[in-house]
Amino acid sequence: MSAAKSTREKVEAGLPRRRRKELTFKLVGLLATTVGIVFLGVFFSTLIAKGSSAFKQTFLQLDIELSEDVLAPDGELDLAYADFDGLVRTALRAQLPEVSGRSDRRALYRIVSVGAAYQVRDLIAANPELLGTTQSMWVPAASNVDMLIKGNIDANLDEALRPVSDKQIGWVRALEEAGRLETRFNKALFSNGDSREPELAGIKGAVMGSLYMLLVTLVLAFPIGVAAAIYLEEFAPKNRWSDLIEVNINNLAAVPSIVFGLLGLAVFINWASLPRSAPLVGGLVLTLLTLPVIIIASRAAIKAVPPSIREAALGLGASQTQVVFHHVLPLAMPGMLTGAIIGMSRALGESAPLLMIGMVAFIVDVPARLTDPATALPVQIYLWADSPERAFAERTSAAIIVLLGFLLVMNLTAVILRKRMERKW
Amino acid sequence: MATAAFYLGRGRSLALVGGPGHGLALHSLPGYYGYYVAIWVVLPALALLSAWVLLEPKLIVALVVNGLPEAYRNLPAGELNLLVNNIQNLAAGDVISVAADDMLQDAATQFNAYAAKSRQVLAVLALGVAGLGGVHAWRLINPDLRARNRVEGVIRWFLIAASSIAIFTTIGIVLSVLFEAIRFFQKVPATEFLFGLNWSPQTAIRADQVGSSGSFGAVPLFTGTMLITAIAMVVAVPVGLMTAIYLAEYSSARVRGVAKPLLEILAGIPTVVYGFFAALTVAPWVRQAGESAGIDVASESALAAGLVMGIMIIPLVSSLSDDAINAVPSAMRDGALGLGSTRSETMTKVILPAALPGIVGGILLAVSRAIGETMIVVMAAGLAANLTANPFEAVTTVTVQIVTLLVGDQEFDSAKTLAAFALGLMLFVVTLFLNVIGLSVVRKYREQYD
Repeated sequence: MSAAKSTREKVEAGLPRRRRKELTFKLVGLLATTVGIVFLGVFFSTLIAKGSSAFKQTFLQLDIELSEDVLAPDGELDLAYADFDGLVRTALRAQLPEVSGRSDRRALYRIVSVGAAYQVRDLIAANPELLGTTQSMWVPAASNVDMLIKGNIDANLDEALRPVSDKQIGWVRALEEAGRLETRFNKALFSNGDSREPELAGIKGAVMGSLYMLLVTLVLAFPIGVAAAIYLEEFAPKNRWSDLIEVNINNLAAVPSIVFGLLGLAVFINWASLPRSAPLVGGLVLTLLTLPVIIIASRAAIKAVPPSIREAALGLGASQTQVVFHHVLPLAMPGMLTGAIIGMSRALGESAPLLMIGMVAFIVDVPARLTDPATALPVQIYLWADSPERAFAERTSAAIIVLLGFLLVMNLTAVILRKRMERKW
Repeated sequence: MATAAFYLGRGRSLALVGGPGHGLALHSLPGYYGYYVAIWVVLPALALLSAWVLLEPKLIVALVVNGLPEAYRNLPAGELNLLVNNIQNLAAGDVISVAADDMLQDAATQFNAYAAKSRQVLAVLALGVAGLGGVHAWRLINPDLRARNRVEGVIRWFLIAASSIAIFTTIGIVLSVLFEAIRFFQKVPATEFLFGLNWSPQTAIRADQVGSSGSFGAVPLFTGTMLITAIAMVVAVPVGLMTAIYLAEYSSARVRGVAKPLLEILAGIPTVVYGFFAALTVAPWVRQAGESAGIDVASESALAAGLVMGIMIIPLVSSLSDDAINAVPSAMRDGALGLGSTRSETMTKVILPAALPGIVGGILLAVSRAIGETMIVVMAAGLAANLTANPFEAVTTVTVQIVTLLVGDQEFDSAKTLAAFALGLMLFVVTLFLNVIGLSVVRKYREQYD
C-alpha cells in the first residue's frame, strides 16, 4: 500500500472527531452570544415586572368635612397650625364607624398617607371659600396599603411577617367593596421631589437636577470639544506636543469616572470653594468626563470630510480658518452632534463622580438655580435602592425605566441623525 | 454690545473706503473688521471680570477685617477665619454658630455694603473697559489693517486653549490626588498603607476611644478588588471572545445585524442600574443557589457583584476582540481553510494567535474598566474588609472605600478623608498603567495588519 493512501485514511479517520469539535466550537459560540442577549431579556422583564406597577398608585376616597371649628377655632385660619390631620382622621372614622379603641384607631389612621393632610391644606390654601363645606377627595393611601393592593405584600403570610395587620386588611377590603379605593395614574412620581414616604416620593427634583447638569455640560463640553478636535485635526503641527495631547485624550477617556469625582472634590469644592451638591459643579465634572468622548467623535467626523473639499476652498483663495469654519465644520456637524449626544447620554447615566461632590443628599425641593442643592436621576436611583421600604424598590425600578427611556430617546436621536445626515463621498 | 461693535466696525471699514461696492480696497472682508472690534470689546472686559471675581472675596474680607476692632484683628489665623466665616454667614442671612453681637452685626452690614459697592464698581469698570477697547479698535481700523489675520490669530489661540484643557485635566487629576495623598502619607507611613493587612479607617478624637484603632492597611482592599475583577473577567473574557468569534465567523448577516446592537445596549446601561440589579436580583439568586448546594453565601457576596460586572464588560471585550479578529488579513484565513482545516481549527490555530496581542490589549482595557467600576460594587459588594479569596464571602474594593470615606461631610485634614485620595492615587496609577499598555498594544497591532 502506498503512503498516500494511508494519509487519506488517517485524515478520514480523524474527520468525525474534527467535525464534532467544529460543532462543539460553534455551539459554544452560539451559547456565548445568547448569554448576553438572555441577560438583557431577563433584565428588562424583571425591571418592567417590578417597576410598571409604580406608575399606578392606590387612592382612597374620603368625604372630608372642612369644618370651621377645627380649622379656625378662633375664627382665623392659620395654615401652618390648623389640624388638617384631624380632619382626615375624622373622615376616615366616619367611613368605618365600627372601628373603636385607641390602638385600632391608630392602626386605621395608618392606612392613609401623611400626604392626605397636605393635600387638604393645599386645597384650602387655594380656595379659602371652601371652608365649612364637605369635600369628597381622593387622597393617596399609605405605601403598605398600596403594596397590598398591588399584590406585593402577601396577605396569606403570617400576620407578624407582614407590615399590614389582619384588621387593616379587613378595613382596606371594606373600603374596596364600598368603591372608595381605586388605583390611578401616579402623578406624584413625576410632580414631586424626593420624600421619606414612598407614596409621596417623586423624581421631578432628580430629573431637574440632571437637566441642569446636562445643560452646563452641553454648553461647555460641546464648543470646547469641537474646538479641540478642529485644532488637533486641522491646525496642530505634527510634533511632540500634539502627540502628547492625543495620547492624553485617549487615556482620559479610559480613566475611571470616580477619579474625576476626586478631581471635582479637590479642585472645584475644596480649592475654588464652589457650593457642594450644586448642579453647576456636577456639570463641570461631567464636562471633563465627556470632553474626551466628544473630542474623539468630532475628530472622526472631521477626518471623514474628504480632502478635496479643503483643497477646492484653498484653491479659491480661502484662508485655512475660512476653509475650516465655512466648509469642513458644516459638513462634519452631523457627526459631531452625534458624538455630543452620545457623550451626553454617558453623562446622564453617570453617578459615581456625583457621589464625590455631595450630590447624594436627601433633597426634597426641586432645584430652581444652578447653585441650588440638587441630586441627579441615577443618584436618586442609588438612594432609593438603599431604602428599606418595599415600595421604594418598586419606585427605583420605575425611576430606572424613566432613565432608560431618556437614554433610549437620546441614542435613537443620534442614530437617526447619523442615518439622515450620512453622506457618502 | 459686541453685536453693536461688530456692525460699527464693519460700517466704519466700509465708510473709510467709500461705502459698499468699494470693498476691494480693504485688506480683509468688512465682516472681519467687525469681528475685530467686537473682540476688542469682549476680551478685555471678560479678563477684567474674571480677575475681579477671583480677587473680590479676598479684598472684601481684608477690608472688613481692617474695619474690626483692634482686639479682633490680632487673633490667631484660625480664629480669625472662624470670625470671618460667621460674618459672611450673617451677611448672607444664615444662622450662625455664635450669638450675633453688635460688632458682628456691624461687620456683616459693612460686608454687604462693600459687596454692593464692588458690584457697582465692577459694572462701571467692565463697561468702561469694553468701551475703551471698542474705541481703540475703532481708531485702528484703516484699509491696510490686516483684520482677518488678527481675528484668525485669536481664533487659533482659542482652539489651542480648548485642546490643552485635556492636558490640564490630567495635570489637575494628578496634582489634586497626589497632594492629598502626600498629606496622607505624612500621617500614615506608605509602607503601612501598601502592606498592612488591616483596614479600619477610623481616627480617634480621644485617645481612649473604643474602636478607634485607625489602621490603614489597604491590602484587603486590593485583594477584594482583584477578586471581583477576576470573577468579572472569568465571565466576560470567554463569553465576549466567543461572541466575537461566533458573530465574525458563523452567524448570518441577519443574526449579526440583530445581535450586535442588542449587545451594545448592554454597554449603554448606566452602571447604577447594574448595581440595582446585582443587589436586588442576582445576589438573592446566588444566595439561594448557594443554600441549595449547601454553601454558606454572604448576602453581599463577591460573586454576585463580579458576575454582573462581567456581564457589563462583555460588550467591551467582544467589540475589541472583533476589531482584533477583523484586523487579521483574510489571506491567512483563506490559506488555512484552503489547506483543509475546519473553521474552528482556522480560528484557534491561525487567526487567534495572530490576533492575540490585540485581544490581550483589549482584555487589559477591560481589567482597567473593572477595577475602576464603582456603582456595582458600592451597591452589591460589602463594606467589610475581608482578606479572603472565597467568592462567597463579602469583600470590599478600593472604589467602595473611596465612596464610603468621602460621602457625607468631610474635613480635609483627617487621615480618613485623605486616605480616600491615597486610594484614588493607587486607582489612577494602576488604571493608567493598564490603559497605556492596552491602548498602545491595540493600536500597534491594528496598524501592523493594515
